[in-house]
Amino acid sequence: MNIKKYLRPLNIDEAYGLLQSKNAVIIGGGAFLNLGNREVETAIDLSKLNLNFIEEKNGEFLIGAMTTLRKLETSSFAKENFDGVITKTLSCIMGVQLRNTATIGGSVYGRYGFSDIITTFLALDAEVELCNGGKMSLEKFLEEKIDRDILLKISIKKDNRKAAYINMRNSSADFSLINVAVAMKDNRFRICVGARPKRAKVAYEAMSFINSSEVNEETALRAGEIASTTLQFGGDIRASAEYRKELCKALVKRAIMEVIQ
Amino acid sequence: MKINLKINNINRDIDVEPGEVLYDVLRRCGFTSIKKACGTSSCGVCTVLLDGMPVPSCSYLAVKADGHNITTIEGIKEEADRIGKFMVEEGAVQCGFCSPGFLLTVIAMEREIENPDSQGIKNYLAGNLCRCSGYEGQLRAVKKYMGVSE
Repeated sequence: MNIKKYLRPLNIDEAYGLLQSKNAVIIGGGAFLNLGNREVETAIDLSKLNLNFIEEKNGEFLIGAMTTLRKLETSSFAKENFDGVITKTLSCIMGVQLRNTATIGGSVYGRYGFSDIITTFLALDAEVELCNGGKMSLEKFLEEKIDRDILLKISIKKDNRKAAYINMRNSSADFSLINVAVAMKDNRFRICVGARPKRAKVAYEAMSFINSSEVNEETALRAGEIASTTLQFGGDIRASAEYRKELCKALVKRAIMEVIQ
Repeated sequence: MKINLKINNINRDIDVEPGEVLYDVLRRCGFTSIKKACGTSSCGVCTVLLDGMPVPSCSYLAVKADGHNITTIEGIKEEADRIGKFMVEEGAVQCGFCSPGFLLTVIAMEREIENPDSQGIKNYLAGNLCRCSGYEGQLRAVKKYMGVSE
């Protein structure tokens, strides 16, 4: 990445103003700086905006956008809530070096199809708070065309839901070729499938089926089959659409069974 | 841009380009133990410690490191030697290109995790790729160094 100017604004308004200028980008952790050859006029570093935090407030867990993946992964919050699914999800991502660099904000705002943590946050019904766009569900954020805004924090309700995360990779240091997160609250399941290879989606038809069925291996597999036929899958360098569809059935089943254990 | 880095406990004021990564700056300053392979944060070869935490210097902007402590192998020769002896004894080194990043990650793990088990060691070192050794020798060496018997 070729950067002409590097600025560290001291407040959110200043950062948002800078972002509106031509060819300005937010630098999160910068972990994927070298994946492109982009020319950047102004790189905006958010490290002076106090967005590096994990806290609990009014029944919600709040995660600041500049929190690194590793800080979140090793936090007592991630280990002790939602069956440790956030720690489990993050620990799958490449090495500690990258996780010490990449930020939650960069991972979520990038809305990458291959993202692991987006799938898990989606299952946990997380919300995002944007500088200009305000608070909205992560699901809505993933579908909206939002540009030139700043992600401030992620919030997750402290509702003690149970959760599981499973992924398939060609090698441990590669991106997921498919990933699945399932959460359960009050015996209602929320099933999310990511790396399809497009952005993670909620599998509503599969949820509708499993939420009206007695949960066992057979119905869990049927939910997987429904997810694989109702969601769209594509092919890329990592896997074909057909392979992803087959994996989706098994991974959804396994994640549901893990949640009810 | 002028930044200040405390490299191996010595403060340095350094002029850097806004888009320059830590790897290039440290090499320019003479810290040639640092190597680069993938250039995409994937292989761990370029690892340095930033405030004690392993980071990929190939993708870490030097300006982001302003005001922080950087550790390279040159700064922890004695610790590196201690681990290096176990690696030699276990046949864990062939070309040695990945060794500086690997040793720094082991040192970070030792400081961060109390009594890791075999799986904990594997998990922590998963971001350090080695194309020669097949990892078994490295794992044996680190387990012996850390006193992990299983």
